[in-house]
Amino acid sequence: MAGNTEPLSPRAKLAVTAGKAAAAVSRAAGRGSGSVIGGKVALKLDPDLLGRLAQHLDVVLVSATNGKTTTTRLIAEALRASGPVVSNALGANMPAGITSALAGGSDARYGVIEVDEKYLAGVARDVTPKAIALLNLSRDQLDRAAETRMLAEKWREGLAGSKAVIIANCDDPLIVWSASSSQNVVWVAAGQEWKDDAWSCPACGGVMQRPGDDWFCGECGFRRPTPSWVLSGDHVLDPHGSAWPIHLQLPGRANKANAATSAAVAAVFGVPPQVALERMYQVQAVAGRYDVVNFQNRELRLLLAKNPAGWLETFSLIDPAPAPVILSVNARGADGTDTSWLWDVDYPRLAGHPIFVIGDRRLDLAVRLEVAGLDFRVCETLDEAVQLAPPGQIELIANYTAFQDVRRRVGN
Amino acid sequence: MSESSLRLVWVYPDLLSTYGDQGNALVVERRARLRGLDVQRVDVRSDQPIPTSGDIYLIGGGEDRPQRLAAERLRRDGGLERAVSNGAIVFSVCAGYQILGHAFINDLGEREPGLGLLDVETVRGTGERCVGDVLADIDPQLGLPQLTGFENHQGVTQLGPTAKPFARVRLGRGNGTGDGTEGAYNETVFGTYMHGPVMARNPLIADLLLKLALDVNALPPVDDRWYEALRAERIAAATQPA
Repeated sequence: MAGNTEPLSPRAKLAVTAGKAAAAVSRAAGRGSGSVIGGKVALKLDPDLLGRLAQHLDVVLVSATNGKTTTTRLIAEALRASGPVVSNALGANMPAGITSALAGGSDARYGVIEVDEKYLAGVARDVTPKAIALLNLSRDQLDRAAETRMLAEKWREGLAGSKAVIIANCDDPLIVWSASSSQNVVWVAAGQEWKDDAWSCPACGGVMQRPGDDWFCGECGFRRPTPSWVLSGDHVLDPHGSAWPIHLQLPGRANKANAATSAAVAAVFGVPPQVALERMYQVQAVAGRYDVVNFQNRELRLLLAKNPAGWLETFSLIDPAPAPVILSVNARGADGTDTSWLWDVDYPRLAGHPIFVIGDRRLDLAVRLEVAGLDFRVCETLDEAVQLAPPGQIELIANYTAFQDVRRRVGN
Repeated sequence: MSESSLRLVWVYPDLLSTYGDQGNALVVERRARLRGLDVQRVDVRSDQPIPTSGDIYLIGGGEDRPQRLAAERLRRDGGLERAVSNGAIVFSVCAGYQILGHAFINDLGEREPGLGLLDVETVRGTGERCVGDVLADIDPQLGLPQLTGFENHQGVTQLGPTAKPFARVRLGRGNGTGDGTEGAYNETVFGTYMHGPVMARNPLIADLLLKLALDVNALPPVDDRWYEALRAERIAAATQPA
């Protein structure tokens, strides 16, 4: 299934070389991995390069609001059981970053590609994927993102003609709506704790009824499809009803859900669930997320949470009280400049934890926590927060640029 | 207000709660409880009837289709109009503000009737969307300090003769009419474009609603340290852009 082995055209080769050169220059100048600038240069020289690079690969696309970087890693690990994999493992998930990643894997059989939600339909058209994994959709970056429901609508239109197998979470009504125009869907009951973006039926606008784990629209026939794969506690049930244990180094329910979806994707390529799940155990940290680092002689676990749905899943995986917690929130461009989402996060769940607050927008967080009736300390720096924290491993939860700031400070 | 407790009604969180609108309900509730008041908060989903005996009603912001659905369901229900005629206080934000007016332009590009509880009417602006921090002076009659908030909308809201501008913008767009007005109010019904949510940055608005609902002139003081720090930071950020 490795696709055709026809060599790249001279123009495409030139574009790949120029892209690599630009990336090397960018790296040398200390400006990050250079993957985005390299991809931009390459795409400029050959706008069809992404499609051409993908021709030689069996491509899997992964998109979602949360969990796409981790799931991309898990699928890549699983598929390595059956051949070499190229992947944008560092999360550069727009066309330039994807092009750059694919250009680096000339002998790969599989391309496992994380795609930004806004680019999914376009990339799916360009690379003719064999499989597309859709995990969840929820509110994120409200100051500039399109409506969450509109995003689902765009996916639905964009994926309508796709020949790819869609592996989709049947517990998220917006994901079901996105996938429901496709011919070939494998439904995975992967769960979703956050429900506040899907109370309104995406098909007709009726009020969604949600008894237990089920959901259906009270007015039209739109309802939860029957899954063929199910996440059940620490096991994934395959379509034959066999239960396979999930052993991960990554913490939390959400990562078990990511593993269940990844096992379903691997099965599309003939990798049995047992093999796929065993390989996923290798994955330790993803771009610094979930890493436990030593800083000032304290252990800190670094957790990324970018939006209310992400915070909700993160709260469910941290050590119970009285484990100390440091929260850090910024509102720079990449985070979204509107902080109102803090009020959608269920902070009362942190009751009993000693809480320390840092980041550019620590005062927004302070008011949020005061209104929640929680005790907390506002600190100027990470160092101060760590010094004040009582003994025990510290759980550090930060949004996007705040997380990067922390990684830089702890030298991770 | 009823005998035993303050009834706080949050209207249609299933449709109109996109921009942290729960925050306004949480702040009003918290500040009432800190004053020793017993608060009963009622969150009303759009397939449930609006109670008519509430003291304070909050209605939030949302996207274009949910806004139309909310307007349809509120018109059909009629409970909010009855509550207002019973003397209830209503505070509305963005999409909710537009719904309380006579009409707005819906997601299908059509004129959608509102509830007519505020003498305003909204059309869609042709320019860029208004997104960003806002600083404004609230109508001095209300005795409130400067308004700080975050706006994100494309509406242009014109005020009729019985609606007063809630505030005048120093920075930002507000009602989008170009005359500097922001929001609108009458005796008991308030509307604003401010997210943030607005009560988190302007807790004295929550106190104003409580005073109106309780029919008192003053409330016992509470510790506003963190609100004050946040206000100072946001006002400074708005007036001294990086």
